[in-house]
Amino acid sequence: MCNSDSPNEFAQKLDNYIDSLPNKKENLIAILHYAQEIYGWLPDNVQWHIAQKLDIPSAKVYGVVSFYSYFTMKPRGEHVVNVCMGTACFVRGAEKLKNELENQLKIKAGETTPDNLFTLETLRCVGACGLAPVMIVDGEVHGKMHEPQEINEVLAKYRPEG
Amino acid sequence: MKLKDTEELNVLKAQSLKLIEARLAKEGVDTKNAAGLVRHILVCGGPGCHSSGSPRIAEVLEEELDRAGLADQIKVFEPGCFGFCEKGPMIQIHPDNVTYCEVSPEDVSTIVQEHLIEGKQVERLLFMDPNTKERFAANIPFYNNQLRIALRNVGYIAPENILEYIAADGYQALAKVLFHMTPLEVIDTLKVSGLRGRGGAGFPTGVKWEFTRRSEADQRYIICNADEGDPGAFMDRSVLEGDPHSVLEAMLIAGAAIGSSQGYIYVRAEYPAAIHRLKIAIEQAREYGLLGKQILGSDFDFDIELKYGAGAFVCGEETALIHSIEGSRGEPTVKPPFPAQKGLWGKPTCVNNVETLANIPPIILRGAEWFAKIGTEKSKGTKVFALAGKVNNVGLVEVPMGTTLREIIFGIGGGIKRHKTFKAAQTGGPSGGCIPTKYLDSPIDYESLMAIGSMMGSGGLIVLDEDDCMVEIAKFFLEFTMDESCGRCTACRVGTKRLHEILQKITEGRGTLEDLENLEKLCNIIKDTALCGLGQSAPNPILSTLKYFRDEYIAHIVDKTCPAGVCKSLLKYEITEKCVGCGRCAKQCPTRAISGSPKKRHVIDQERCLKCGACMEQCRVDGAIIRH
Repeated sequence: MCNSDSPNEFAQKLDNYIDSLPNKKENLIAILHYAQEIYGWLPDNVQWHIAQKLDIPSAKVYGVVSFYSYFTMKPRGEHVVNVCMGTACFVRGAEKLKNELENQLKIKAGETTPDNLFTLETLRCVGACGLAPVMIVDGEVHGKMHEPQEINEVLAKYRPEG
Repeated sequence: MKLKDTEELNVLKAQSLKLIEARLAKEGVDTKNAAGLVRHILVCGGPGCHSSGSPRIAEVLEEELDRAGLADQIKVFEPGCFGFCEKGPMIQIHPDNVTYCEVSPEDVSTIVQEHLIEGKQVERLLFMDPNTKERFAANIPFYNNQLRIALRNVGYIAPENILEYIAADGYQALAKVLFHMTPLEVIDTLKVSGLRGRGGAGFPTGVKWEFTRRSEADQRYIICNADEGDPGAFMDRSVLEGDPHSVLEAMLIAGAAIGSSQGYIYVRAEYPAAIHRLKIAIEQAREYGLLGKQILGSDFDFDIELKYGAGAFVCGEETALIHSIEGSRGEPTVKPPFPAQKGLWGKPTCVNNVETLANIPPIILRGAEWFAKIGTEKSKGTKVFALAGKVNNVGLVEVPMGTTLREIIFGIGGGIKRHKTFKAAQTGGPSGGCIPTKYLDSPIDYESLMAIGSMMGSGGLIVLDEDDCMVEIAKFFLEFTMDESCGRCTACRVGTKRLHEILQKITEGRGTLEDLENLEKLCNIIKDTALCGLGQSAPNPILSTLKYFRDEYIAHIVDKTCPAGVCKSLLKYEITEKCVGCGRCAKQCPTRAISGSPKKRHVIDQERCLKCGACMEQCRVDGAIIRH
């Protein structure tokens, strides 16, 4: 998600991408996807920049960003932990898993740990219902997460050593 | 290489057949004479198996085969989902037609040595029937009553190789449409076949195509709705990942029949593997001249572009989806005008769901009559269900319409987990309802599900058992619709919030009988006044649970208890006289709410009790701690 490029390089990359598109305004969502991929989130100034570049009101950009849950206006931690809240996971203990993660990370869903290491979020169904309940860390699915000990072991893999 | 005509497509098909030859044994083709046939090992690449380590298994397989010097005689593939997620990761060996379940990377060397070198099946990895203890190498009971039409190629062909799709009759239906059928004949075929939309509402597909074709315009659009957002549904994902070309071919057929040269696939950004496979498929189709100008030498031009969703359930509604493709907020608008009249960029647009599209090439090839013979009077063909929840065999199942819930849950699904009692089946996701035991034997089709207060929806089928609280389940779905309400109409934006509040009150033991009346009244108002399908169907989970499980609501309100023991505020843990005073529970209690002297009966301080249940889990004396 994030890399070591400087903010200027981010802006340059984004501009290049926008310039490469034949129809700009109708591709607003694709542009926002790209921007979130390079910035990790969609800060105000980036939204403003996109609005100017596309010659549309910034309210329109904000309206789209705030509508879709995939877009975030808050920076995320280094690792994003998601708990699947699909129905299959729900009936097999997703709520308990979420509470346990909130406990272990000492944050609520939607928040980021003070050391910026983990962001805890929820999502709806990743299609791994056979493994319910599941948690997803940086896109990797961990299934049958019932025991606090197992959850702790998964999180430990993402903590820096020492 | 661009294919210039049908002849070239057929030559390519004949050449490509050898790619899948080893797997044809499954189809009943005699492969015994084909000595020296390269063996194929298929490693399930479905979401469940993938998450539980199938890529690693494929990797180890390649290494082991290399070491055994078998790499040129045996090929490893990762096709789409086999469907039997419960027993994953799974692998299949062909032409032997042997399936191994719950394979770990450590099992690979045994499989290579015993099966591939010594020619003996690895007994312990074969599927075992939990009741009879019988082992099955093939014909696993899970698949017995299934009929795979939409999923015909999923888990069978390599999805990243167009040649395998072509070998499996791919793009033959397109050729038939382009050279042997008129657009009206294609539409008629669909109408006669009785195919209805698999996305939820069940509108006849042929009629939708006809409406779109009839609308005068210089351009029309075909949209594939791949914004599968129902929690607990993953059938469209399996088709996109396991057989992307079937969706492309069906969109081409729609383009030719309706008179459109541009298609869009609106796919969830949360499905990166599906997006990856679609990109490869589109590129390969362009390379072979199956997308682009003058397809197969005809005068038909068609191309497909991918559009990504961004996490909004309401975008599954066609007008909202169209606004989203246009780059706006995905809010629905009033119909009419229907998309078939005025859709994307104001042009006539036909929106079809993934599973609907996957059915179309076989219908064209095998004929409307063949398809119309399958299913019930008004619901033809098959339906794919994502079977999950408290059922033994979680997985993806495709059954003829009219199959009963009992056959799906207790036959294919193998019954309820841990011998618990079945309570209800939830179909149709947040728009559907809960079906109680008394309807287990009614055949499933669009009409019968509606009649019992649920709906087909996209095909999520969640099994609930005695430990599930129906009020809590209704609340779960309302939380979902409340979250996902786009906010455009008051009925849905405010209504779902009020419904959720009342349910919250009931689960916390603060409900009154008057609340039940208000719930029902408000549900019906929302049903009548919400703008789109999401809002209109949002009350269904409440209405169906109120209808069939009213006693549970009453227990919460009048008796202040939760019969399933789920709603925490209503629970009470108590230590009985059976307590031997071992102190295990007291040590485990996170709030130190349990006290007592050694070898004496302990007590729980109800003020401090969090109702976490840790004490009960620790207790080794039957009946010493009770929950009520």
